[in-house]
This record gives sequence, C-alpha cells and structure tokens, in this order.
Amino acid sequence: MTTIILYTVLTLSIIGVLSAIILYFVAQKFKVYEDPRIGQVETALPGANCGGCGFAGCRAFAEACVSKGELADLFCPVGGNDTMSGVADILGIVAEKKDPRVAVVRCNGTCEHRPKTNFFDGPVSCAIASTLYSGDTGCQYGCLGCGDCVVSCDFDAIHMNPVTGLPEVDDEKCVACGACVRACPKTLIELRKKRPKDRKIYVSCRNQDKGGVARKSCAVACIGCSKCEKECKFDAITIANNLAFIDSDKCTLCRKCVSVCPTNAIIEYNFPPRKVVVAEQPVSAPEKPIEVMVPISTEPKSSEI
Amino acid sequence: MLKTFKIGGVHPAENKLSASKAIEVLALPKTVFIPVGQHIGAPAEAIVKKGDKLMVGQLIAKSSGFVSANIHSSVSGTVKKVETGPDTSGYPKMGIYIDVEDDIWDEQIDRSADLKSEINLDSAAILAKIQNAGIVGLGGATFPTHVKLMPPKGMKAEVLLINGVECEPYLTSDHRMMLEHGEELIVGVKLLMLALNVDKATIGIENNKPDAIAKMSGLAARHKNISVIPLKVKYPQGGEKQLIKAVTGREVPSGALPISVGAVVTNIATTFAVYEAVQKNKPLFERVVTVTGKTVKNPSNFKVRIGTTVSELIEAAGGLPENCGKIINGGPMMGKAFANTEIPVSKGTSGILIMPEKEAKRSETMPCIRCSRCVSVCPMGLEPFLLMTLSERQVWEQLETEKVMDCIECGSCSYTCPANRPLLDFIRLGKVKVGALIRSRKP
Repeated sequence: MTTIILYTVLTLSIIGVLSAIILYFVAQKFKVYEDPRIGQVETALPGANCGGCGFAGCRAFAEACVSKGELADLFCPVGGNDTMSGVADILGIVAEKKDPRVAVVRCNGTCEHRPKTNFFDGPVSCAIASTLYSGDTGCQYGCLGCGDCVVSCDFDAIHMNPVTGLPEVDDEKCVACGACVRACPKTLIELRKKRPKDRKIYVSCRNQDKGGVARKSCAVACIGCSKCEKECKFDAITIANNLAFIDSDKCTLCRKCVSVCPTNAIIEYNFPPRKVVVAEQPVSAPEKPIEVMVPISTEPKSSEI
Repeated sequence: MLKTFKIGGVHPAENKLSASKAIEVLALPKTVFIPVGQHIGAPAEAIVKKGDKLMVGQLIAKSSGFVSANIHSSVSGTVKKVETGPDTSGYPKMGIYIDVEDDIWDEQIDRSADLKSEINLDSAAILAKIQNAGIVGLGGATFPTHVKLMPPKGMKAEVLLINGVECEPYLTSDHRMMLEHGEELIVGVKLLMLALNVDKATIGIENNKPDAIAKMSGLAARHKNISVIPLKVKYPQGGEKQLIKAVTGREVPSGALPISVGAVVTNIATTFAVYEAVQKNKPLFERVVTVTGKTVKNPSNFKVRIGTTVSELIEAAGGLPENCGKIINGGPMMGKAFANTEIPVSKGTSGILIMPEKEAKRSETMPCIRCSRCVSVCPMGLEPFLLMTLSERQVWEQLETEKVMDCIECGSCSYTCPANRPLLDFIRLGKVKVGALIRSRKP
C-alpha cells in the first residue's frame, strides 16, 4: 500500500519538475517584452475609457504615449493638464499645456423661437430623424431634440431641457471628451475653450441659409449680417456661408458683439449684469445669466428678404 | 396553385380605393418646380437660365453621367429661376422654377392618341431614344432605365419581366394603366424586348386585379413570346428580386443585380413611358399618380406634369380632409411622410396617401419578445430583430456581415412586429451608415 503511494508521489513529482523545466524554457523562448511604463501610464490615466483621446480606451492611449515617446498629438481631455504632466513625468518628457475645453450646443431654436412645422413620429433618435428629413421645424440646421447627445455622454453632463427642447451642458461635469460632438448629426456641438467662471460668448446658431430664409424659420437665427465681425477688434469673428463664428481662442469676452447682434443670435453666459446706459435700449441685461433669449417676432422684415 | 416567391411576405389590407377610377388629366399648374435630381445617380445639370422660353418636352437639364437621366420641361413658359427648392426630405435641392404660359408642345412630339404599333428601329436606336427621353424606373426606385437595358459585359439578358404586381396597398396607377393602355403596353414590351435582344417576356400581375389579367392576357395571346402570369397576392411581390423568384424561380444572389440571373424587370408605368418615348417622341415629363386615403373625398388616379405641387393634387382629389394625420409619398408600406405639401411631384412619386390621424400615429414600442415573426416574414431571409439591435448599438461592421445591404426596405418586419418595434427605421439607418462605410473603403 505504502509503495503505491510512494510511486504515485514520486511519479507526480517527476512530472511536475519536468514540466516546470519545460515551461521555464518555453517562457524564456516566447517572452514578450512589455514596457513597464505602459502600465504606469495607464494607472496615471483616469480610466474612464471614454474614447475622448481618439483611442479605444485608456490602455490603447497609454500604449500610444509610450510607443510615440512624445505627447504632441496626444491629450487626455478627461484628465486634463494634470494627468498629462503625470504621464510626461513617467516618460521623462515635458507635456505641452493645453487649455481646458467644454462642450457648447450652438442652437437656440427653442419652441418659441422656432415654430414647429410638422411632427416627427419615428423612433427617438436624431440619427434616424436626420437621415429621413431635415427636421420638424423650418430650420434644416437646428437641433432635432431627440437627445442622441444625452445618450452618448458617459459623464452625465448633458441633458435635455424639457421647456426649451434643447440639450444643456453641465460645465462642472463636462470633460470635453467629444462624444456628443460625434453623436450630433447636425454638428451643433463644439468644444470651446473653458473660461474663468465658465463665462461664454458664442454664436448659438448653425443656420447657413440666407438672412431672410433663416429668420423666417427661427427668430434667433444668425443672418450673417456681419455687424459682429465689424465690431470685433480682435479678429475673433469670421463670417462664412451666411453664418458668424466666434473663435474661442481669440475672443476676449468683451461682449461688444452681443449688443450689436440684431437677432440675439450671440449668447453671453455667466456674466454679471450690464450697467444700463441711459437712453439706450439694453439688448440683454437680465439679472440672471441668460439661458433663453427674449422672444422676438417671427415675422421677417421685408428689407431682410 | 398560383406562383409566388418562397420565403417571407405579408398580406396587408389592400384598400385599393381608386381601382375603378379612370385616369384623369389634371389641370395645368400655374408654376412648376422641376428638381434636377429625380433619379438614382448623379443629378442632371441645368442647361436653361432665367428668362428662357420653354416648350413642353424641351430638354432643361442634361444627364451628367452614365447613371443619370435627362430632365425635360413639363410645361411651356418662362424660366423664373434656377435655384434650390423643397424636396421630399426637406433638404433644399437644385431645380428649375417655370412660370406656365399656354400649353405649347415641342413639334416633334406626336400628341395623337392613335396606337402606333409598327416598330422600325433597331436596338441601339431604341436605347438612344429611351436615354434621351430621360426615362427612369417609375415604380419608385427611379433607376435610369437605359442603364438597366445595357447589361454589363459578360452578362446576357434572357428574359424580360414586366412588373404589373403593384403590391403596395392603396396604389392603383399601374392597374389603371393596364386597363386603359394595354395595347400601348404590349408595344412597349416589344420595344424593350428588341432593345434587350431577348425573345421572351412575361408580365406578372397579382391575382387581386382579375380585370387587368384578363385584358393583358387577351392582348398577349396574339403574341407568341409574351405571356401573362397571375401571381398569388403577397407583399412585397413587386420587389424586383421577389418578382424574379416568383416568375422564373431564380434567386438573385446577395449583392448582385437581377441581370446576374439573366432577368431584367421593368414596371408598367416605365413600359408605357418607353412606348411614348420611342413611338411618339415624347420625353418623360408626366406620370400617373394615385391620390388616395380612407378620408379622401375622391380617391383618384391623375395624370400630372412633373413639378406640380402635392397640394394641387390633394385639392383635385377633394381637398385635405380635416383629421389628416400624415401625408405619405408612395404607399403605406414603403412610403415616407411628406413634411409639407408644397413639394413637387417627381418621376418617383407613384402615389399620395392621406392617412387619418388615428391610423397615422404609431403605437407604443414594447421590448422584443423574440417571437421571430420578423424573421419569418422577411422576404430577403434576413433577421430584422438582430439588424435593429446592431444598428441601435452602432456595430456597423457586424451589421455589414449580417447582410444589411440586402434589405429591400419593404417594411414587412415593422408591419408584423407585435411589439411595434421600429425595425425598419433602424435598419434604414444601418444601411445609410454601412453604405457610407463601404464607399469610404473605395479608393
């Protein structure tokens, strides 16, 4: 009986030792060298796997950082400069500082500004609505209101406002990963430079129709009159295809363009109330930050058509 | 046992309300808007400018490639402007606005109603006439007919199929065409046979049109090589691939054209347009449109000039009913809703269906219960529930391997789904995305 146990134990031990030796040599032969820095970089990243950097998850981004050896085109929008300097320390290089950005929805076509011309009865998806037709209002460039951007956000930073029917970005939560930018079939969402106190000035319109047509479909449409372009001393405003655009990198937040805009298409956000100048009609001097602009008549002026 | 296609298919209520109404010619509109892109392929290029005087049938936009079609003026008058205008999709499309003055036709067009049955042209001449006349498939797909009639090298057409199925509920324009213009259609079939160089033609008609079957059979009996086959009523038998399967028993392989099994399919209205173009020198500038719906006062079949607005057609059929919920371009199964009624009739408008409010509303969507009804009704043998899920999750690559591009968008899956799931909506989205993906791979 004992001999059977002895033989069994011996045989198994010999098989174990032999296997260990074979495995050792096989492991040596097929050894894959992995840069230990990849793991370190991955740990330094936020781990959100949002794809905002353009790579399939944080691991892929870490591999790209290590294999490239430089961070010129690589940036993690979620972690921002702090994370990137951490990554740069691991790689022994210096990271270039980038301005933090935030998503901005460039449409102010609320229900009262932009009357509905039809009713969309299909599935609640902007992607489907936009492949079928131009939209449920006269503006083919505006928000469809089905909330693909809300679904795309991994950070709970964008929500539909049931009153206006438009999405609103929570600046605190937004990490500028760009998921909503890719989700919007009308390309309404832009990543703009984050400013102190979350102040923003932007043209809240993407309508490229001629002035009269644009105004007919939406009361707060940009009509491309170029008044703001003339007013801006910093060359931050450009007009292309009947549409003004404010470059957030050049804008100094002086707010002069806001007052000259005849259709209130330029929005100022999170600014203190203006000092009301006597005998001048304040275009926008609300006490609270402006979220919805003052409605004006939807009738186009004959001179504009 | 009547012939039909093998897999899938549904049988929606037929509702052919206007089947007994003879084709009426609609009064001339005051202005027309003729889009330059009314077909699949490259839009035509406008060759007229503001102020030009036009005659009916005059070429106004020239085909800009092989897969493209000429556009002719449907009215006589003055060009008001060449500008973007409304389109079914709501996105502005380039087109030509014409103010109508009188009704002066191009002298070359034979306006008499006499039947001209002797054919004294050869294949190439017929093809050239079809191409010049700007004829496209009038069943709704608007594929340029001359392209269809010129098989690619190495392929040979063996049989011509004429699609008289009209399987879409409500629509009756082809039915009326067969009853009223049967003689002309037979000449059209002979012209197409000559153009294709085939010696056999079959007209497939669904069994719910016995009068059309009787009429066409009687006419075809005089010709040895033209036959009429009554088909079992089943949607979507009017689909090209389904019709080929039903009539010849051949199956078009995935991703291939019907010509790969030696078949060419043309629809009834297209065949009539071919007759008019070749025998009467008349380009394609008018078509028969069914205006119908349960609440419409006079469901009718109108012969209208291209460019007439939908609102004028609705007015002629007794006006817009009060409880109108949806106006659909085409039939209830495949048609798309109009966003407004100031949209012009184009070559692909086969019908205008007005749905009352309570029928137009979609019911609430429920979760999929895996009943597999969509799979059993899909005439292309696809799995619609899977395609929808993949499209919802944006897995475009897998969607492609699941053959989403084979979908003919017949809507049988959405029609049959007990959970009211928007299957076709998501599959259509998937087709758009996968189509873009395939195009992006080409250098």
